[in-house]
Amino acid sequence: MIRTHEYDAVIVGAGGAGLRAALEAGKRCKTAVVSKLYPTRSHTGAAQGGMCAALANVEEDSWEWHAFDTVKGGDFLADQDAVDVMCKEAVDSVLELERMGLPFNRTPDGRIDQRRFGGHTRNHGEAPVKRACYAADRTGHMILQTLYQQCNKEGVEFFSEFFVLDLILVDGVCGGIIAYEIATGDLHVFRSKSVLFATGGYGKMFKITSNAHTLTGDGPGVVFRRGLPLEDMEFFQFHPTGLYGLGILLSEAARGEGGILRNADGERFMERYAPTIKDLAPRDMVSRAEFFEIKEGRGAGPNRDYILLDLTDVDPQVVETKLPDITEFARTYLDVDPLKEGVPIVPTAHYAMGGIPTDITGAVRADHAGALVPGFYAAGECACVSVHGANRLGTNSLLDIVVFGRRGGLAMAEHANATKLPDIPEEPAKHIETMLANLFEGGGPEYSADVRTRLQAVMMDKASVVRTEESLSEALTEVQELRRRYDQCRVRDRSKVYNTEVTEHIELGYLIDMAEALVVSARARTESRGGHYREDHQLREDDHWLKHSFITKTGDGELQLAYRDVTMGRYIPVERKY
Amino acid sequence: MAMDGKDMQLAATEIDVRLRLLRFNPERDTEPHFEEYTVKAQPMERLLDCLHKIKWYQDSSLALRRSCAHGICGSDAMVINGENALACKVLVKDLKQPITVEPIRGLPVMKDLIVDMDPFFQGYLAVKPWLITDDHEREPDRERLQSPEDRARYDDTTKCILCAACTTSCPIFWADEEYVGPAAIVNAHRFIFDSRDRGGRERLEILSLKDGAFKCRTAFNCTYACPRGIKVTKAIQEVKQAALFKSL
Repeated sequence: MIRTHEYDAVIVGAGGAGLRAALEAGKRCKTAVVSKLYPTRSHTGAAQGGMCAALANVEEDSWEWHAFDTVKGGDFLADQDAVDVMCKEAVDSVLELERMGLPFNRTPDGRIDQRRFGGHTRNHGEAPVKRACYAADRTGHMILQTLYQQCNKEGVEFFSEFFVLDLILVDGVCGGIIAYEIATGDLHVFRSKSVLFATGGYGKMFKITSNAHTLTGDGPGVVFRRGLPLEDMEFFQFHPTGLYGLGILLSEAARGEGGILRNADGERFMERYAPTIKDLAPRDMVSRAEFFEIKEGRGAGPNRDYILLDLTDVDPQVVETKLPDITEFARTYLDVDPLKEGVPIVPTAHYAMGGIPTDITGAVRADHAGALVPGFYAAGECACVSVHGANRLGTNSLLDIVVFGRRGGLAMAEHANATKLPDIPEEPAKHIETMLANLFEGGGPEYSADVRTRLQAVMMDKASVVRTEESLSEALTEVQELRRRYDQCRVRDRSKVYNTEVTEHIELGYLIDMAEALVVSARARTESRGGHYREDHQLREDDHWLKHSFITKTGDGELQLAYRDVTMGRYIPVERKY
Repeated sequence: MAMDGKDMQLAATEIDVRLRLLRFNPERDTEPHFEEYTVKAQPMERLLDCLHKIKWYQDSSLALRRSCAHGICGSDAMVINGENALACKVLVKDLKQPITVEPIRGLPVMKDLIVDMDPFFQGYLAVKPWLITDDHEREPDRERLQSPEDRARYDDTTKCILCAACTTSCPIFWADEEYVGPAAIVNAHRFIFDSRDRGGRERLEILSLKDGAFKCRTAFNCTYACPRGIKVTKAIQEVKQAALFKSL
């Protein structure tokens, strides 16, 4: 059964970016939010440490220092016009969230408190600065709750547990989406004058990840299959402090509050890698340092395969009140008490810097040359503006979703109010019906869970913190083989109601697409920059590689790469030392 | 030295884990019924991991909600060995076998472990869970000031993840679906005791109605069930007192 809806603006995804966009668009035109989860289940809620803005509530700061740190942290790949926008608008964005009711921690005189975070410095790298506004170690939870509260206050319309399957494009113009209602198995056509994707990341392609099971690249996957480009897919961030064996995130705020990383000898090894800001170096550098400590035999534990996050010298009161959640994670999942002993941690796949290319209004780019897709927008982790360049600084993702969620919502509403509803084909979901029907046909004994497990192992082993031409070539061969196996998998459950085997199967398909795009983009980039480290090309090569990759899939499944120059500004690339 | 968590993980000894799941497929069954499964798992694995092993390798039709898998998103509240908890926050080593898993109670079961959450969210929305300010109050240029003490006053109830573990553990809610339930009152508390909020009287009037806070009989199930450790019953008592004395 197919139902049809008509809106001015349809937002896919109900995390921070989607909800912030909905608040903006909802004020101006008929808006719906379509999300595969109930809004409050979105992974924005798992963000912990904070949201940076140069409020200067605790010590001297300026948005321009924040912009410099963001560009340098991103290894000079970020577009500097977009970074300026984000860091300038950060201050008002935080104040606006406070006015919406967000319960920020406070200074003794009642203002929003701020703390240190990785890569954020005063005066262009002199010393760490207190810039991160926070609500204990559940800042993302409070942002998600606050935006959801405001959406309810404003009467935003939600379609919860609706899974996006396609973008309707007619002659290159966006005309809506097709979604699968998980509760019934029905298809829904949402005709709309404008669509914004805010579907989050795709960290589930890796074995060890901080990402939720549901972070499978649905939005970028749909875009890629529609022949549109994805930008900077080779840049994936590994967070240095994931709980050993599990990948559950332990916020950088743990180090911001004084936590120290130690190897098996008890050595504070970051002093060797980043003498000035040590444990608060950007995430890519810390994760690499951990990788080499372990590789060179200085890992802790019986198998010498983890690092210790030492919080035992931090005031227990601070640990219990400012880091309560991560303390509980260590106790619950590893039986380790951070007040008494080091917490075993490893790098964990955390954040996709790449994604759907957009301009600074959130409008999606149709190609590397500058054409846009009329009516189509993206924001948040699924998008690439690019403000994070080759490595995102901690806290800048919460900032990104609020700033560019608002901008995207505004732009899509303005577009909707200036256009008519595009005509679409008579049976826009015919091919999706066929695709769904085919999921149940034929197939062998293969389990899609085996394909997913193998994909996660391959990507972790060959395309994560450290890469080489050889490892990436092997990964590509494996991923292509996994795609063949995936095509042999059949959905066994034929029920209509909450058939989550169908959704999981389709999610795996998106993950394979994302993995292939990542590996091909990474193999082509013969330099090291930010989160992309090539052991066979260890230096950054600005002469050749100061450019964004754009990868597209042609009609016959071939992947093609093109490049777009970085938008430069005040900051000339220099060697990245901390 | 006793074996601690990380050693157990490293030991990686898999054990047989027996589970009894309450299954219901509306396209096939007239009544819910228990089915039994055995999976291999390590003691430090989460119950959610066991449910995944069943879904991925034994019966792909098993329906459950989950997302973050570390107790933050609130998707996977279930009745586990008779008590409400998140499947991603209880470990195999802490559960008596066979592990009995049922959907949370008091909400209509849609399929297996998935319930209709709409009545729960309606209760939540009834208390106007958003910051209410005076319309004529001028928007400040900077942030509103709030002392650390005033901020601490409602800290506990800001932790709520709307998982419904509290509400669906409440015997009053089981018997009376009109009752707004503990989670709604927790979210009202979060605003009533926020020094920036001006909607306290409005909310207290709603919570003084017959389906409001006074239905609570302090069974304490909610406090026990909360995976975030919120003192739910205490919050409800504070709301009741505020309603009685309008002490705001």
